[in-house]
Amino acid sequence: MRHPTRPSGGPGYLDGVRAAAPIGVAAFAFGVSFGVLARSAGMGRLAPVVMSLTTFAGSAQFAAASILAAGGGVAAAVAAAVLLNLRYGPMGLSAASTLEGPWWRRALTAQLVVDESWAIAQRDDGRIDRHLLVGAGLLLAVGWVGGTAVGVLAGDLVADPASLGLDAAFPALFLALLVGQIKGRSRLLAAVGGALIALALMPVAGPGVPIIAASLACLVGARCS
Amino acid sequence: MTAVWVTVAAVGLATMAIKAAGTLLVGDRTLPPRAQAALEHLAPALLAALVVSQALGGSGGGFAVDARLAGLAAAAVALVFRAPLLLVVTVAAATAALVRALA
Repeated sequence: MRHPTRPSGGPGYLDGVRAAAPIGVAAFAFGVSFGVLARSAGMGRLAPVVMSLTTFAGSAQFAAASILAAGGGVAAAVAAAVLLNLRYGPMGLSAASTLEGPWWRRALTAQLVVDESWAIAQRDDGRIDRHLLVGAGLLLAVGWVGGTAVGVLAGDLVADPASLGLDAAFPALFLALLVGQIKGRSRLLAAVGGALIALALMPVAGPGVPIIAASLACLVGARCS
Repeated sequence: MTAVWVTVAAVGLATMAIKAAGTLLVGDRTLPPRAQAALEHLAPALLAALVVSQALGGSGGGFAVDARLAGLAAAAVALVFRAPLLLVVTVAAATAALVRALA
């Protein structure tokens, strides 16, 4: 991806906002559908919004709400959500070197790491750009939390995001960013390895496990670089 | 209602801790070259896995083949023609919506 450069060189916060805008629309729509699902799952109005603000991770929230709705219990809901969010461990580690300031500010900035902001913030050299991460993360957070609020309050007024094809926007975003990442054999190898691990584990392992296991493919890529 | 708030608090605290763990553990230390090399290969590995899981994942695990796959194929075509990100994402959503409307 090309970014308009600032006088100081790299991209700024606004470039992150701009880059995340198309997927922000989808994040808002899915925020609405999470709000609707959470309400029908008996979570009330406030808890879903608090969850979107603090957890800020779509798949884990959908999983937790569905399990609660199905009567699966707190332990099962928490376990499923935590398993789905384990991938933010390696993602947060890869963002660690770019965060600045005292520990609490770095910990707070790290909360803006979600799949989409992390993907958008990738630089060509394999590191993370902090401005892109913060800009994209903030826009996605506003869309996700705002969407959840709209969903719990006025969910019936909004169309199902799947009928608008918005669920197809996410794999398309990741594919577009993946293409930009494949430079050289070792990164291609890491991508193929990650895809194969995910494909192999998806039929047998619970949601979340295939993606966290796929992160191990980075070791293969690093060995061959 | 209490179960809901316990879940919201537990998932929220765990997720915040997971996201912050990397920066709190590493701080401003420079990672050894091998770890840095591995992290530079994390993006292609995880992005490829996200493409697969977001395009083919079923709601409760396993595979589900639906209009998302048509959307992804359209996105791939758009990428071959070097379309900008906004167009790639829009083409994918429009294709999936069209396939669903026709089905």
